[in-house]
Amino acid sequence: MITIDRATEQTELAASPALRRKARRLRKLTDLAFHAAMIAICAAWLAPVALLVMVSVRTQNDITGNGLGAIPSSFSLSSFGAAWNEGGEKGAIVNSLVVAVPVVVLELFLGSLAAFALARFAIPGRRSLLLLMLAGNLLPPQILLIPIYTFTQQLGIYDTRLALIIVQVGFGIGFFSFVLHGFMRGIPRELQQAALVDGASVVQIYARIIMPLTRPALAALGALAFTWAFNDMLFAITVLTSSSKMPVTPTLLGLQGNYVSQWNVIAAGTLIAAVPTVLVFLRYQRYFIGGLMLGAVK
Amino acid sequence: MSATATMGDQGRRLSGSRRRRGGGLPPVLLAFILVPLLVEATWVLWPAIQGFYLSTLKWDGITSPEFVGSSNYRAMIHDPVFQTAFKNTIIWLVLFGGLSILGGLGMAMLLQRDRRGVSFYRSVLFLPVVLSMTAGALVWGVFLQPDGPANQVLKLLGLGSFQHFWLADPKVALYSMTLPALWRQIGYLMVLFIAGLKAIDPQLYEAARIDGASRWQEFRHITIPQLRSVNGVVIAVTIIDALRSFDVVWALTRGGPYHSTELLSTYMYSEAFQSRQLGYASALAVVIFLLASAVIVTHLVRAFREDSD
Repeated sequence: MITIDRATEQTELAASPALRRKARRLRKLTDLAFHAAMIAICAAWLAPVALLVMVSVRTQNDITGNGLGAIPSSFSLSSFGAAWNEGGEKGAIVNSLVVAVPVVVLELFLGSLAAFALARFAIPGRRSLLLLMLAGNLLPPQILLIPIYTFTQQLGIYDTRLALIIVQVGFGIGFFSFVLHGFMRGIPRELQQAALVDGASVVQIYARIIMPLTRPALAALGALAFTWAFNDMLFAITVLTSSSKMPVTPTLLGLQGNYVSQWNVIAAGTLIAAVPTVLVFLRYQRYFIGGLMLGAVK
Repeated sequence: MSATATMGDQGRRLSGSRRRRGGGLPPVLLAFILVPLLVEATWVLWPAIQGFYLSTLKWDGITSPEFVGSSNYRAMIHDPVFQTAFKNTIIWLVLFGGLSILGGLGMAMLLQRDRRGVSFYRSVLFLPVVLSMTAGALVWGVFLQPDGPANQVLKLLGLGSFQHFWLADPKVALYSMTLPALWRQIGYLMVLFIAGLKAIDPQLYEAARIDGASRWQEFRHITIPQLRSVNGVVIAVTIIDALRSFDVVWALTRGGPYHSTELLSTYMYSEAFQSRQLGYASALAVVIFLLASAVIVTHLVRAFREDSD
């Protein structure tokens, strides 16, 4: 009735060539406004990073003489050397990698086991189990710090990178089980049924059928998990105390403490600390965003 | 939704036929669940329970602990630093949480449609998410130094009277710190919202347009209600992130000057590992936990009620 009238009216309007031209011009104009606005926003988003790069290549004299906000009047890469060598970032990046890589592998492996069992079989109470596991990941980590601190001491693994690996894996499992469960539930049943009829074991179904089909999700989550593990600070400063074992984020803070007001070194250190995750991001961009989206819509 | 429902039916049918054949679930499945669950229980679930118990102790971590019941909690009420930290945490929750959700949704609305340039813009906004919060904070720390660009620009614009010691002035330090936090969080929430927006059936908008709905009406009556499931995730994530925020404050001010930027999380950490008041710190952690649960449960209850309407 009214809606149909309006619809026909609209088609009639759209048919008129003059109006169509006008609409096209309007669309071009809104496009232009959109890009102008987005370029401004992106510039604002990147400005602090650009500033950091500028500060990192200035000399200390230039900064103290002309102020942090001044246009660079010097160029030197020595601040990178200071952060890398004396600042301890060389060892810190290694520590972060030594922790983050096993964390990602173990988190995804254990998470996928639980997700597989809960998504593909009628386990009694599977919803509650899944929610319990997710709830563990949603806890504010502050409540865990002191118990984990005392527990690692009792076990004699306090101040080891192993402790940090275990703690991070434990904390991450819940989230990855939850997201992988959502993904695995979407794999068609028929594949598994056919295999069951052929007498395939549970392990075979997991390894030969479900896991290969889960690979895109694993790639996405792996990229995401890597940045989380690599960037962690709170768990690191809870279970570690030797600076030689500290990963990169706490080391960056140490750098800030040791190079007070030497902003070129702090800026260089911050850039160095960001390189690994930014590289992973640039390489696996597509997956990254996919990984977050996997978790978002249920 | 309908796809998952069928999956569930098939699952039930499958398991039903298995049971009729007399075979239960394969025992190896038990290991598939128990091993991950055990790891999580040992390192997360059990410690969380222990956290509650520790909050009833007076303990420095070295000498033997003494049971003091609720006295840690009673001490909190008269602790001015706790009061500041609590107030700041609420401010942080509302300000950081609210603005990051608005910003994330706004950016998602702008960038939801796939067209030229969009994936580049998305990547730029998402880039801070891959940095550590500490690095993100330091990036802005440079910007906000007394002789840094923030003040320089204000001076250039003739707004010299607005210059501040952004991170050293107790009146503004907490608010300055929302900048790095928002800078990082908005891209993250944007991605979640884009996922939600993409899942909305475009026919709903077509129908609304034919009915002559305005842009605002479309937003109010289609977009927001259709985003419900994502909103739930976003709100939960934001509350939890707000309450566990630690790195940004620790990197920039460590809670100072004069505890003006102290959050419950930073106060908890310094009480635990610097003052070595493990019992009192545990009680603070319990408060953080209760705040998180209270807000999330209230939200879930509301979402539930709306669902059943």
